[in-house]
Amino acid sequence: MPDADAILSAQRSVEAYDVLRVREDFPILARSVHARKGKPGKPLVYLDSGASAQKPRQVIQAMTRFLEEDYSNIHRGVHFLSQTATDQFEAVRTKVARFINAPSDRCIVFTRSSTEAINLVAASYGRTFLSEGDEVILSIMEHHANIVPWQLLQAEKKIVIKVVPCDEDGVLDMDAYKGLLSDRTRLVAITHCSNVLGTVTPAKAIAALAHERGVPVLFDGSQAVVHGRVDVQDIDADFYVFTSHKLYGPTGLGVLYGKYDLLKRMPPYQGGGDMIESVSFEGTTFKAPPSRFEAGTPPITEVIGLGAAIDYVEALGRDAIAVHEHDLLNYATQQLSRIEGLRIVGTAPGKGPIVSFALDGVHPHDVGTIVDQYGVAVRVGRHCAEPLAERFGVGPTVRASFGLYNTRAEADALVESLQAVKEFFGA
Amino acid sequence: MMDDLRELYQEVILDHGKHPRNFRHPDDANREAKGENPMCGDRFMVYLTLKDGVVADVAFQGRGCAISTASASMMTELVQGKTAAEAEVLFHAFHDLCTKDEDEQGAHGDVDEETMEKLMVMSGVRQFPVRVKCATLAWHAMNAALHGQDSASSDQY
Repeated sequence: MPDADAILSAQRSVEAYDVLRVREDFPILARSVHARKGKPGKPLVYLDSGASAQKPRQVIQAMTRFLEEDYSNIHRGVHFLSQTATDQFEAVRTKVARFINAPSDRCIVFTRSSTEAINLVAASYGRTFLSEGDEVILSIMEHHANIVPWQLLQAEKKIVIKVVPCDEDGVLDMDAYKGLLSDRTRLVAITHCSNVLGTVTPAKAIAALAHERGVPVLFDGSQAVVHGRVDVQDIDADFYVFTSHKLYGPTGLGVLYGKYDLLKRMPPYQGGGDMIESVSFEGTTFKAPPSRFEAGTPPITEVIGLGAAIDYVEALGRDAIAVHEHDLLNYATQQLSRIEGLRIVGTAPGKGPIVSFALDGVHPHDVGTIVDQYGVAVRVGRHCAEPLAERFGVGPTVRASFGLYNTRAEADALVESLQAVKEFFGA
Repeated sequence: MMDDLRELYQEVILDHGKHPRNFRHPDDANREAKGENPMCGDRFMVYLTLKDGVVADVAFQGRGCAISTASASMMTELVQGKTAAEAEVLFHAFHDLCTKDEDEQGAHGDVDEETMEKLMVMSGVRQFPVRVKCATLAWHAMNAALHGQDSASSDQY
């Protein structure tokens, strides 16, 4: 993820794209919502890409084309289609490796989701290398997907979970992190970009400190890969996970990057077909990674879709996307700040384009229902990060998250709909 | 579409949402149940004082959205003084009102017209399926308390 300086320099060097033309690639963005009985609806203002991003036609068509022309199971058949499908599938693995600058496509494991990728590490690496009293360090801003797998391991192995706090702006407390690292630390698992606060964590520094003690680090990059460049070698991440559907690709597909010497030492996560060398009832031997971790038929068509999504994002330019979203974030923050009684939660410098807020006297659930009637789609609730909601003492919040296709006019629509909420409630 | 919003957020609901009635913990409560919606974090405690099979007092505390707070507040006013059996009939009448179209709702012969009218205020929630859980949350908790259970999840709506 780019920091503030990188965005500034990109702003000078990158040509902005025509967002209105880009929007034409996303058929769903042209629809209206709540039309009924001959009354026109409201244009959709989709500010929930942090939950899941919409898909460009290029992704939809790549999946359709694959299903219509080249579909077959992979890694199994000697027939023509099986070979064609396998080649296309494996080409995406290579593409994903390049996308995050992994040293080899052998480091890329396809999973069902970010959640499954973290569960894989917790179950395979965690069960093998952690024992009673060993410590895993998480942060206060983790999504439940990066909390609960470790709690399951805690219940089984009696490991200790330590939590890095953050300050009022949502900046990770690096001094506290240093203090938590100990001789018993066996793994650090921290988000690269908070799904609630937008905070981008200093991944490189987090990894460097852990590595001084020989401790591997996992980053949850679900929100980070979407908003800018990620270089797993530069960060020196040991594990890095992300999901396809927030990256304008299909659902049902996640990615686990792991350093190969770590993956090699890890036992299988699930057993089944496609992950074995030989099976007998006397004993079964397993393939090398990544196959070892890909039991069963994978989501083949979805992988093809992710490949198209990565092509799309790269054609638009990841720096250009970062600059565009940074502008939206600044503009939306400015406009929202003018609303009396509105408090933004998460004001870390260099944050991603995610704005969570509370409105005095109005519950987020009510805000969500009312702005929805104006066509504005936002997320309300605790965003699968309950400990963080408690930390900021705001309980549930409203979250507007921006994607590459959003516009300033949409930020304006959000602000207008919030004015209507205030009028409604006399707040 | 704004008509739907006005229907949902009627003045009386906004009023109950802002100034909930019976928002307290009665000293002599002998039944209590928690109602919780894990999705949005709404959480209420409903307290009943049951005396000789009659709801002598009913109150609630907690935090939630305007719909769930108003519904809890109105629930306390409606259930007050009813027998346990009557309160349960009310719960089912209200539940039907929020979840079913008029022609699918059961007969509520036992609920008087004035009470039914008051319940009707919440019926706008039918147009907002994701908000039904908000409206029924405290009612589920009340019903759980009636049956001596200590919690109700809105998942069971």
